[in-house]
Amino acid sequence: MKNFGYTIQRDQSIDIDQNDRRIVNYLLSLEPSFNLCLGCGSCTGTCTAGHFVDFNIRRVHTLLRRGESKQLKTEMKKCMFCGKCQLVCPRGVNLRNLIITIQRAIEQIG
Amino acid sequence: MINFNLFVLPFFLGLIYVLVAVGKSWYHWIKALTPIDKVKLSTLIRHPKQALSALKEVFLESLVHRKMWKRNPLLGYMHMSFALGWFLLIVCGNIESRFYSGVHVNAPYYPIFLKFFIHDRLVIFFEVFSVPGFFRFLMDFLLLYILSGLVLALLKRQYSNFFGMKRTSRFQFTDRVAMTCLWLIFPLRLLAESFTAGHYGSGGGFLTQPLGDFLVQLLPVPSEFVAYAMWWGYSLSLGIFFVMLPYSRYMHIPTEVLLIFFRHAGIQPKKWYSSFSDTEVQSCSRCGVCIDICQMNTAGIHNAQTVYFIQGVRDRYVPEEITQKCLVCGRCQEICPVGINTDSLRLIKRRELGSGQSTDFSYLKSDDKPKTAQIVYFSGCMTHLTPSIIRAMTGILENAGISYLHLDKDRSICCGRPLMIAGKDRQANELIEINKQIIHETRATLLVTSCPICYRVFREEYNLPIRIQHHSQFILDLIKTGKIPLQGQFKKVVYHDPCDLGRGTKTYEAPREVLSKVTDLLPVKQEANNALCCGGSLGILNVTQQQRAMITKEALDILLENKPEILATACPLCKKTFATHASIPVMDIAELVYQSIPKPSYSASAQSHQAKSYANELI
Amino acid sequence: MECQLGNQKPPLFLNFTEMKKRIIIIGGGIAGMTVAGALPSNEFDIILIEKEILPGGHVAKWDRLFPSRRPAKEVLDFVQKSMAKNVVIKTGSTITTIHRDQNLFTLHLNGEEPIVGDAVVLATGFDLFDARKKEEYGYGIYNNVITSEELEQIFHEGKKLTTSEGKTPQRIGIIHCVGSRDEKVGNLYCSKVCCVTGVKQAIEIKEMLPECEIFSFYMDLRMYDRNFEELYYEAQQKWGINFIRGRLSECAENPGHSLIIKTEDTLTGHPLKMTVDMIILLVGFVPSPETKRIARMLDLQTGQDGFLLSSDEHYNDNSTSVPGVFLTGAVKGPACIVNTIADARATALQIERFLITGISE
Repeated sequence: MKNFGYTIQRDQSIDIDQNDRRIVNYLLSLEPSFNLCLGCGSCTGTCTAGHFVDFNIRRVHTLLRRGESKQLKTEMKKCMFCGKCQLVCPRGVNLRNLIITIQRAIEQIG
Repeated sequence: MINFNLFVLPFFLGLIYVLVAVGKSWYHWIKALTPIDKVKLSTLIRHPKQALSALKEVFLESLVHRKMWKRNPLLGYMHMSFALGWFLLIVCGNIESRFYSGVHVNAPYYPIFLKFFIHDRLVIFFEVFSVPGFFRFLMDFLLLYILSGLVLALLKRQYSNFFGMKRTSRFQFTDRVAMTCLWLIFPLRLLAESFTAGHYGSGGGFLTQPLGDFLVQLLPVPSEFVAYAMWWGYSLSLGIFFVMLPYSRYMHIPTEVLLIFFRHAGIQPKKWYSSFSDTEVQSCSRCGVCIDICQMNTAGIHNAQTVYFIQGVRDRYVPEEITQKCLVCGRCQEICPVGINTDSLRLIKRRELGSGQSTDFSYLKSDDKPKTAQIVYFSGCMTHLTPSIIRAMTGILENAGISYLHLDKDRSICCGRPLMIAGKDRQANELIEINKQIIHETRATLLVTSCPICYRVFREEYNLPIRIQHHSQFILDLIKTGKIPLQGQFKKVVYHDPCDLGRGTKTYEAPREVLSKVTDLLPVKQEANNALCCGGSLGILNVTQQQRAMITKEALDILLENKPEILATACPLCKKTFATHASIPVMDIAELVYQSIPKPSYSASAQSHQAKSYANELI
Repeated sequence: MECQLGNQKPPLFLNFTEMKKRIIIIGGGIAGMTVAGALPSNEFDIILIEKEILPGGHVAKWDRLFPSRRPAKEVLDFVQKSMAKNVVIKTGSTITTIHRDQNLFTLHLNGEEPIVGDAVVLATGFDLFDARKKEEYGYGIYNNVITSEELEQIFHEGKKLTTSEGKTPQRIGIIHCVGSRDEKVGNLYCSKVCCVTGVKQAIEIKEMLPECEIFSFYMDLRMYDRNFEELYYEAQQKWGINFIRGRLSECAENPGHSLIIKTEDTLTGHPLKMTVDMIILLVGFVPSPETKRIARMLDLQTGQDGFLLSSDEHYNDNSTSVPGVFLTGAVKGPACIVNTIADARATALQIERFLITGISE
């Protein structure tokens, strides 16, 4: 990337070239339906936790697929695991398993 | 010592080994009990009446194999012939030996190899009425009885279908060795006794004597030599079997006895892997009846059935995949002849896997107090996706003129069971504490829920000082007290028992009673405690949607066999799961009751707007 | 019931070795009627079978068509007129059995003499998704949840759109993809026409009720055909329709029978809750059970989606694995009227070639 010399802040765009996508592959290996999301937001719309607090499983999911895993740790702690998201997903994403896998992956990354 | 021969050593040493090994295990299990459980156990032993009832169960389950008989008579006979047959052989052999030795306490090998030492009296046929003659007859009879069981066991290996089993459990090396020895013990005993009887021309019973006479004639070598070799073989197979016992499935024989005593003492499974859990695990005979009934088979999964899971626990290594691959429907627990708390064992192992991750539910603590009401209705998260249940329940409550508070009308807090069933108890407890606080603040005396998942956890984990009812029980009370007038349609209906309501809380009758007031309830081939899981279970994480669909479709096939018009259930999750694949309407019992309440004003307004509900279609 | 458009009535069951070849078209909607109209009626006997009392299929119930909002009746009239007078139309007829013997097909209708034909065309179309299967949307539970079909009927009958309480709705939610692209109801496919129908209906509501606010909830807006995108543009520019990218998650009812809908506004990344007076569900296409029954009798193949399969999706999209049986229109999956008419005409050519040369491909 071209460096103009006056950049004092880190580039804020999602940099797929730089992002560590190993986590995506790890999640995919444990839950292949990770790939099926079409981003409709049904999960977040119905989310039990999402009605109280800023917890957006679709966003987390999308960010992870882009290789962004920063700041997801605190967010993932908010899930109540009730399974409504899985019940409305039009693509049959196995969300509860995905969430538990994400939590574990994030835990491992630290 | 007169009555001694070198060949008894393998048996004798093996016996000492197994007694020490089993004794050690028993000691450890009892020692590792919690102080309260120890008190319970000693109380049991000090009360002869209770101890006797435990002994009775030991007799019925460990020897007669009552549950096996119920499942399949052939299977029951096979197990009983080995257990009861061998037991009687030992007891009778001991009594018999006393006549010859004249003392009450013999060396343990003496009765076992009695025919080697005693063969000098010819018992002719009518002498069967003398005491030794009777025993000779009896001992041969018992041996024959066991051998008949052995023939069945051999057949079962080949034709397990006749025993009501499509699949049988896989064996480990130690199991194979132990089983081979076990199977050899009785034929070898038969041969040893026969050859001895044949050689001396006396000493045998109705079976061994003629067989011995016949075999000896055929022998090209001295019969004494062959007989001696057979006694060695008999002793060796016994000795090896005893040595292998603690390392094989046969450990279940001594362990189950202890487990029955634990249970009679009122010892319960714990949340962690306790001494009780270990006793349960070791009590698993790996009979494999839990294999065929497991719905994981339907989804093409054949490695995670409870018998394999428990085997893994025993071997101190269970792959996570196997621990997780379970619907936690509880069907195996119902059928298990040993009565192992299979679901609770799974959850214990899940807890060990999943307790590490932390959660943060601080966002749930708010200052706004809920309203107060005597009766609180908690619909549950899932029920928000089946609004017809909420509509029916609120309609019923209003119709009965009950003032109530719909606690989770706008937003709900999960009851905690979904976390718990995934092994995250600590996190679940955070939610439970918050919900308890909220319920407490409503000052309710009755909590009604539409979701069996919530109902179960409210009952098991919340310790609420108030009444808790699933809506099926609540509606039944309303009907019984005449609070709601009913005009049933009496459509043909089948009822699906939700796992958490049926097997989970043993609520089988209330929903059926409610349904019988408004519908024509048809029977289902597999119902009540044998009902199938709908496939939507929250208990499992690592199956695909397609695998779930396979389970759902199979359950539907069985439910719809009697051609009902409506499939009734009492769980929002079951309802949604079935609705995806069912060819007929799937309705909650609350809906069926609600549509049976005469509502002149409602149907008029509905007609004006061409209402399209199933309810109206059915009216 | 039998409508005879022409003068002479061809006998239905005759020794027809000397007769003209007979084509039996099952389904009297746009597709079936176009096939009947495109076949040379002087060369073939054409029989059109329709289960309803009147031909016209779904289109007969619709008011105006996308993208131009021309009256549906214009198209229906054109198609009906294109049929020659000697096409026999048997309405109110249900097929009890179809039986194939070598190259001949014998159809048994309810309580009538059997019909024998040389070629059979399946133009049985589609059913609309039963929105009750999507329980969380509240159709059949809340009175103010209606389907796009019901809205179309209201337009068609010239009624005013009101809530169940007879009030003028102030705010309406239009829900896309109901029963389409949804594994939970077993339909993974896209129904193609709902996106543009939703936009068309949004504009039509606005035309009727200029004060009403309209919110469309969509996953993707698939404006795939000519003038569709322009209609979307018009909806935003001229009519101020609000488009929110998010699939409806669940719907609850307020005491006054207004509705609360919950979804995620995926473009802002926040859950969204709003109150509306009515919601309109854009129900998708599903294969009809009647089509499946007929397909089973003819041994036709069905795709994963439940719609019928042609011999080849690219170059033999009207013939089937059974020589003499042809498929046309939405029986093969969701299709708009433009495509259906084109497909029906192609079918006519295929049949003609088959009956003259015996080549079915």
